[in-house]
Amino acid sequence: MKQDLADKLAVGTTRDQRLGARALFLLSLVVIVGLPFVAKNFLIFQITMAVIYAIAILGLNLLTGFNGQFSLGHSAFFAIGAYTAAILMEHADVAYYWTVPVAGLICLITGFAFGLPALRLEGIYLALATFALAYAMPQLLKWTPLEPWTGGVQGVVIIKPDAPFGLPLNPDQWLYFFTVAIAAVMYLCAVNLVRSRTGRALVAIRDNPIAASAMGINTALYKSLTFGVSALYTGVAGALGAIAVQFVAPDSFTFGLSINLFVGLVVGGVGSIPGTLVGGLFILFVPNVAEEISKGLAGAVGGIILIAVIYLMPTGAAGLVRLIASRFARVIGVLIKPGSQR
Amino acid sequence: MSAPLLEARGLCAFYGATQVLFRLDLSVVAGGVTALLGANGAGKTTTLRALCGMVRTTGDIRLGGQPIMGRPIEDIVRLKVAHVPQGRGTFVRQTVAENLQIGAMSRRDHAAIATDLERVYGYFPRLFERRRQQAGTLSGGEQQMLAVGRALMLRPTLMLLDEPSFGLAPRIVAELFEIFRRLNRDEKVSMLIVEQNAALALDLADEAYLIETGRMVMTGAAATLRNNDSIRRSYLGY
Amino acid sequence: MELILHQVLAGLATGAIYACLALAVVMIYQAIDGFNFAQGEMAMFSTFIAWQLIQWGVPYWAAFFATLVVSFMAGIIIERALFAPIHNAPVLSHVVVFIAMFAILNSLAGFIWDYNVKTFPTPFGSRPLLGNGLISSHDGGMIGVTVIMLVLLYLFFRHTRIGLAMRAAAANPESARLAGIRVAWMIALGWGMAAGIGAVAGMLIAPVVFLEPNMMASVLLYGFAAAVLGGLTSPGGAVLGGFIVGVIENLAGTIPYVGGELKLTIALVIIVAVLVVRPGGLLGQRIVNRV
Repeated sequence: MKQDLADKLAVGTTRDQRLGARALFLLSLVVIVGLPFVAKNFLIFQITMAVIYAIAILGLNLLTGFNGQFSLGHSAFFAIGAYTAAILMEHADVAYYWTVPVAGLICLITGFAFGLPALRLEGIYLALATFALAYAMPQLLKWTPLEPWTGGVQGVVIIKPDAPFGLPLNPDQWLYFFTVAIAAVMYLCAVNLVRSRTGRALVAIRDNPIAASAMGINTALYKSLTFGVSALYTGVAGALGAIAVQFVAPDSFTFGLSINLFVGLVVGGVGSIPGTLVGGLFILFVPNVAEEISKGLAGAVGGIILIAVIYLMPTGAAGLVRLIASRFARVIGVLIKPGSQR
Repeated sequence: MSAPLLEARGLCAFYGATQVLFRLDLSVVAGGVTALLGANGAGKTTTLRALCGMVRTTGDIRLGGQPIMGRPIEDIVRLKVAHVPQGRGTFVRQTVAENLQIGAMSRRDHAAIATDLERVYGYFPRLFERRRQQAGTLSGGEQQMLAVGRALMLRPTLMLLDEPSFGLAPRIVAELFEIFRRLNRDEKVSMLIVEQNAALALDLADEAYLIETGRMVMTGAAATLRNNDSIRRSYLGY
Repeated sequence: MELILHQVLAGLATGAIYACLALAVVMIYQAIDGFNFAQGEMAMFSTFIAWQLIQWGVPYWAAFFATLVVSFMAGIIIERALFAPIHNAPVLSHVVVFIAMFAILNSLAGFIWDYNVKTFPTPFGSRPLLGNGLISSHDGGMIGVTVIMLVLLYLFFRHTRIGLAMRAAAANPESARLAGIRVAWMIALGWGMAAGIGAVAGMLIAPVVFLEPNMMASVLLYGFAAAVLGGLTSPGGAVLGGFIVGVIENLAGTIPYVGGELKLTIALVIIVAVLVVRPGGLLGQRIVNRV
């Protein structure tokens, strides 16, 4: 099973790269399971947030990386997911684990609905429409008629759940495993989607929409569906985020969040599923590092890093890793079988 | 034997990593008309673009004895080389008059530009009639004339013409080529003309080159090629 | 009735600002077939520079024109340094660099001048104009300056050689190069002018919305909506769109619950509706992508 997954993530690469990826994968597994038992609560919380962002970025990646559509407005779907979870938990007493799929479903529908008119919008126009969406959302969340549910400017406060069945885990640790489990499921689905016929159709649409259409692919339907699925992922992340942070408020979901998701996407590598994890870690930790460099200039440092990445390594971290992994495996291969060159 | 105005030696051209022209030797005599013939996809347009610095090239290109290899198109234009591209290159939303003014954009001698405008309208009275019209509303033949007019506004010594007869009715083509004849004879404009319509080109030209999949396969006086039956039949299709 | 007239006039005043930004958007769109998402931040930064000059005792109009010149040059430099190298890169790269610029300018402004709201002076005073106080003198000033700027731009593009060269470079870059026009510099010039126009817009609206790093966000969005509404290929349309959008915004402001609070949603709806129903906008041309 693990081999299959590692293979799936690495299909289309050389044998060296696959060996490297497999080794990396096993190492990561150990780290992932062991972490909450050795780290402090706050670090566990941060890693949880990184995974949450990674899921959100994965959603964006499905849309942009694999289907070639742009969105600067995914902060809106993150917000919808978060508020869905918060409102259900606070006003309808729904258990936290149900809010996640419901949030996903609602975002699937709203994403699909937004995707429909957006069909006619190519590239830069779609970017513009989603730019507007990102800006409109916080205002919408503060709208007076909705205040009884959204809590207006103040937002909604919720409580982090305890571990079930009396497991000896504190809420942070439990939430970490909960998030990682959901992430694993969603990543598996994403990988399967991308490898499937549907996935190939999506990529065909990205690379040459006219040819794809001429081949009989219903581009309109696929593009809207992709928007919906992409929103679903980000919405799930939003719901998890709300539970983790225990709080939702309109100003947490501004255009700045969209910028962050976009940064994570590019840094991780557009079109790379494992890259989204790097992206998630990046947008969580780098702002902190940036503030060390110069308090208040965090955004500027982030922007500069973004420009550096797009100029020097446009394929992002994933591209870099592929490079390192193949070198690494080649070294191992040479060591094991001296004299054999690939 | 006049000195060559334009001379290319060992010209190679590349689209990305793919080589498309292989060591071409070509020259245009000062005051002469040279035809570049070949089938579809042979590399004729690429040759013109390579001579203008619009494609990655290696080799030696000289204009009036001076090397111009590697210089960008904007500089070559200022050396009085006018390129009339395939498809006319019309500025569709600008007026006819504005199109012509654009042609003179690299020049600073304003009085002379005004004179040249008069001259172009003299060659193409239909353009004068339509001078305030949007260029996109002109017919194919008129747009071709506009393209030639735009090139003339540069007061060029050398004109590179890429398939000027393409898509035009025979009567218009005859008019057009008659004007080319006049330009060459009266204004001493040298020309390198790319054509799929070999008969037309050979009628106008002094010398001809035949290119096939990026390689020069034949060169000679136009009259020779015109009169040689076997060459005509195997290479030029008539 | 008087209320409606008041709203319409106020709408025209803010519409003037949207028209400026829409014009800057269209200018860059014509040059690079893309949107400068950081246009608002550039305008905001310029306004801060003006503010700083005034704080240092420079008289208003001197600061105004100095800022205009600095913004113009900055626009050229930014284009040459950041965007020219990625000219042939995929759209994604462009969007990324725009976003990066957005973040850099926003954070830099906050760092240098902090996030506290500042007042920005108006040279027009705020006396009521037109007797009944239908609009203020600053509103009148906004409309006046905008109109002057638009007339100058129109004359520049229609009646100067370099204006024609810029139009040619935007309309058909390859043919323009064949005419000897240095297209790359025309694009840089377009950026410089757009930056200058943005600076004017920023300096005019700052007295109304108050100066702080996030002040241009909604203004820019309305600028985009105006450009889209007017037609991205038509500068005249951009101006018309700006005034229309300004009036819509103000009239919508009178509707209870919707107006004041959902301004940005209205902009979103305008953008999506126009792009879907009539992508060419009111005055623009539909861009047909030949297969």
